[in-house]
Amino acid sequence: MYSLRVNGTQQHVKDAWIGESLLYVLRERLGFMGSKGACEQGECGSCTVLINNDAVCSCLVMAASAIDTDIITVEGLAPAESPNDIQQAFVTEGAVQCGFCTPGLIVAVHHLLETNSSPTEIEVKEALSGNICRCTGYGRIFSAVQLVISQREKSIS
Amino acid sequence: MTIFSPRSLTEALQVLDEHPTARLLAGGTDTMVEINFRHFEPTDIISLRHVQELQVFETLSAGYRLGSAIPYKQFENGSFSHVSGALSEASRTVGSPQIRATGTIGGNLGTCSPAGDTLPVLSALDAQIELSSVKGIRMLSIHDFMLGVKRNARVSNEIITAIHIPKINGFQGYAKVGVRNAMVISIASACLIHNTDKSHISLALGAVGPTIIRCRTAEKWLTENADLSTSTALTTKVIEEFGRLAASEALPITDHRSTAEYRKHAVGVLAQRLLKRAMK
Ligand SMILES: Cc1cc2nc3c(=O)[nH]c(=O)nc-3n(C[C@H](O)[C@H](O)[C@H](O)COP(=O)(O)OP(=O)(O)OC[C@H]3O[C@@H](n4cnc5c(N)ncnc54)[C@H](O)[C@@H]3O)c2cc1C
Ligand code: FES
Ligand code: FES
Repeated sequence: MYSLRVNGTQQHVKDAWIGESLLYVLRERLGFMGSKGACEQGECGSCTVLINNDAVCSCLVMAASAIDTDIITVEGLAPAESPNDIQQAFVTEGAVQCGFCTPGLIVAVHHLLETNSSPTEIEVKEALSGNICRCTGYGRIFSAVQLVISQREKSIS
Repeated sequence: MTIFSPRSLTEALQVLDEHPTARLLAGGTDTMVEINFRHFEPTDIISLRHVQELQVFETLSAGYRLGSAIPYKQFENGSFSHVSGALSEASRTVGSPQIRATGTIGGNLGTCSPAGDTLPVLSALDAQIELSSVKGIRMLSIHDFMLGVKRNARVSNEIITAIHIPKINGFQGYAKVGVRNAMVISIASACLIHNTDKSHISLALGAVGPTIIRCRTAEKWLTENADLSTSTALTTKVIEEFGRLAASEALPITDHRSTAEYRKHAVGVLAQRLLKRAMK
């Protein structure tokens, strides 16, 4: 048995096989269904979570190796039913179609704006280059990011 | 199956000595793909995540000592991007931001794929690989470390603790061909280093042989046929001949990513481009 700190709370993982990925443990053992699994080989980004403030693919993290780290999943960014500004902007801009890529993108955008509050267009594209969306064609996703940036700038000034 | 999470290098070396068949886990970006797809059933795992010594960066008199588990993002544009322009460029081409936040040079060396992006850079820089065991430290030239396709000279009780690279005055560049900008394994790549102090240019090729190829013939020809003490532009004839010689040293294969013919052509072009960038 080992335990993981997920969204600030210690979670005990019982009866797990040591080789299980963090994505698997989050979804199947701890019930955090926000992070999605599409490729399980680091290619799609739908499983993106934060570990010690780095955006990483949870499918490529051995869960048992993530003891004593701070894990933040999409569930940890805002309480259920009350979307944060990034989530709201995705809805406003219509950046969600099937929604499979959305949780990973929300975490990646959150991470980008925490480290760089006014990214250029190309910086946004680079920061999201590890997140694949098969539906939207990305235009609306980039619009949503721009909306958050401009809203946050307004609220500061 | 057990996972060990040692808190110091001494402890990690001790555990490895007692469990020499254990798999070392750094960023996990190669290992977890193997495990997720059941290509590899681990017996024991030694996680290097909490071994602080492997994260240490040091400036030495003639160069730098890079802790093996420092993630790519630190070389790409983070704290250590100044140590080598080519290493920084190569790091920036690896996978995606998520991969670069966790993947390490130690892991690139451990896997030792011919397409590993930092390996041509380490070859062109004549890097020294620091291997540690309970018995002590051994330094190995990168050229002796890389043995073949996914084969290296590490023995089972050793941990790659650091990579030593020289400080170079002069141009350094890395170029890679792939199907798009993000998330591509190299089809062909090249690293060129111009050491103006030694009036020497070194060139190493990736993904065009069983392991990284150092172009000794092209290098020697260039030394004999061009003045490399400054970065004055070279004639087209010299640049083309350098590219031709480099391509002739490549030993590519045809696989699902590309053909041998294209790879040979591509490394010749990359060699010429890098030489032009270095000498202008
Ligand atoms: C989506 C995706 C994209 C990728 N893109 C690229 C790319 O563009 N270019 C590229 O070069 N690679 C790429 N890779 C491969 C991988 O990210 C790199 O090889 C990376 O450097 C591996 O480092 P790691 O720390 O994650 O390795 P791990 O998976 O932790 O380890 C890899 C191997 O090295 C051994 N090892 C690790 N650290 C040590 C050590 N300190 N001492 C001894 N042995 C050690 C391990 O035991 C294992 O055998 C990609 C991988 C994925 C999943
Ligand atoms: S499921 Fe992790 S990157 Fe695709
Ligand atoms: S909305 Fe369907 S994959 Fe992005």
